[in-house]
Amino acid sequence: MTGSRSRNLTVEETSRPVLPRHAKLRFDATRQLWVILAPERVLAPDEIAVEILQLCDGVRSVGEIIDRLAAKYSAARELIGADVIAMLQDLADKGFLAEARENTA
Amino acid sequence: MSPTLTDASPIAREPADGLAVLERRGSVAEQFGIPLAVLAELTHRCPLQCPYCSNPVELERSRGELTTPEWKAVLSELAEIGVLQIHFSGGEPTARKDLVELVRHATDVGLYSNLITSAVLLSRDKLKALADAGLCHVQISFQGNEPKVADRVAGFSNAHAKKLEVARWTRELDLPLTVNAVMHRQNLDQLADIIAMAVELDADRLEVANVQYYGWALKNRAALMPTLQQLEDTTRIVEDARSRLKGTLEIDYVMPDYYALRPKKCMGGWGRQFFNISPTGKVLPCHAAETITGLDFESVRGNHSIAWIWQNSEAFNRYRGTGWMQEPCASCAFKEIDFGGCRCQAFALTGDAAATDPACALSPRHQEIFQLAATEADEAQSRFIYRNFAGGTPEPERD
Repeated sequence: MTGSRSRNLTVEETSRPVLPRHAKLRFDATRQLWVILAPERVLAPDEIAVEILQLCDGVRSVGEIIDRLAAKYSAARELIGADVIAMLQDLADKGFLAEARENTA
Repeated sequence: MSPTLTDASPIAREPADGLAVLERRGSVAEQFGIPLAVLAELTHRCPLQCPYCSNPVELERSRGELTTPEWKAVLSELAEIGVLQIHFSGGEPTARKDLVELVRHATDVGLYSNLITSAVLLSRDKLKALADAGLCHVQISFQGNEPKVADRVAGFSNAHAKKLEVARWTRELDLPLTVNAVMHRQNLDQLADIIAMAVELDADRLEVANVQYYGWALKNRAALMPTLQQLEDTTRIVEDARSRLKGTLEIDYVMPDYYALRPKKCMGGWGRQFFNISPTGKVLPCHAAETITGLDFESVRGNHSIAWIWQNSEAFNRYRGTGWMQEPCASCAFKEIDFGGCRCQAFALTGDAAATDPACALSPRHQEIFQLAATEADEAQSRFIYRNFAGGTPEPERD
């Protein structure tokens, strides 16, 4: 097994999530909306979900993503944090979120 | 803020091979937006001979198949008009020597590609080449959980062992795997073991698809129809596995509609969310659509664009909306929910594609069909007619 794991993922502030190979975030020019392409499914993330997913690079932690969004929107960190984790967990439960493997080096 | 993910795919499962049909968010009944996903049947050639094959009984010969440049042009056109996903299917798509090239082209034009395969022709190198070409997902059909039944259903020796091997390579190459299990009376007792097999293979999804009875499967209905008891057991086993395996294995379940009270919203409604392209380039509302006689299907080799065919061709418009309906559909409260069920099944069982699908309890033919199914299941005739280019070959008598 290589790269990443996407089963039974629990999203926490320390998680470093990334979209797995089989979930692709794309802008659909025909319909003018962002989509996540996955096996047998197409998901339509809203604007903020897209912003979060664009920050999920397998390097940044969820905590860092929350910090960044809280600063950008001058919003309460707890509130944003709960929303970010809920959205990512939802995606993880669908099997469309992976976590970068711990670098043991 | 509260970010949300809307599932853009209220799923109307395509039963014969378990494909999901995707409907775009906010799609409006009378506007026929280009489907999100299209099924490309690259060839009808296949080394297996499954008696429920979803291909038409009149198989298209290899000499008529679209060429590599023709398929590439089709893929480019699909991407251009807004199709997002392409399902490479068949027959057996890996029987096409140009499959890697076609997957590469799909990737280049931005299509998400899915391989629907029997797996028996794949080598590890070939699978690796497909992955390197950008293949996004692999779906492997299984005919059972052990070789005895599975190889007999496939009419191909050593098929099951080969499938297991390819499924393992799929996961080693970090490709997501769907196990597609087509279920019928002669393998339903293996369902719990098939679920365990899917988990052991590290599959992401399992499609438990009961056979749908048109074409080859209709020829073999007496040998395939499950009993009512099996159906009850199946539902219980699937529900139990779903809750036990949440987060590990997603399970899609297609019920056999002869035993249902309401018909399925077949293909999400005729010409609403789905089309497929046959090996010779015909654009079809459903891969069984050619079983309906009297419809002319346009080809990508003709003078019309794919978008034109989808929007304007007679075959697509014939059963769109509700204007074509007869009673009891025409005055039914569910007519825009299930669109009268399946046109191919209506034609196969009543001779009229505009009739109410007899799977519906409101059809005057429902009781008769239901009884027929139950009787056939109880009689337990098990001999198959194998699918082939010769129009079918009866299974040799066994001792």
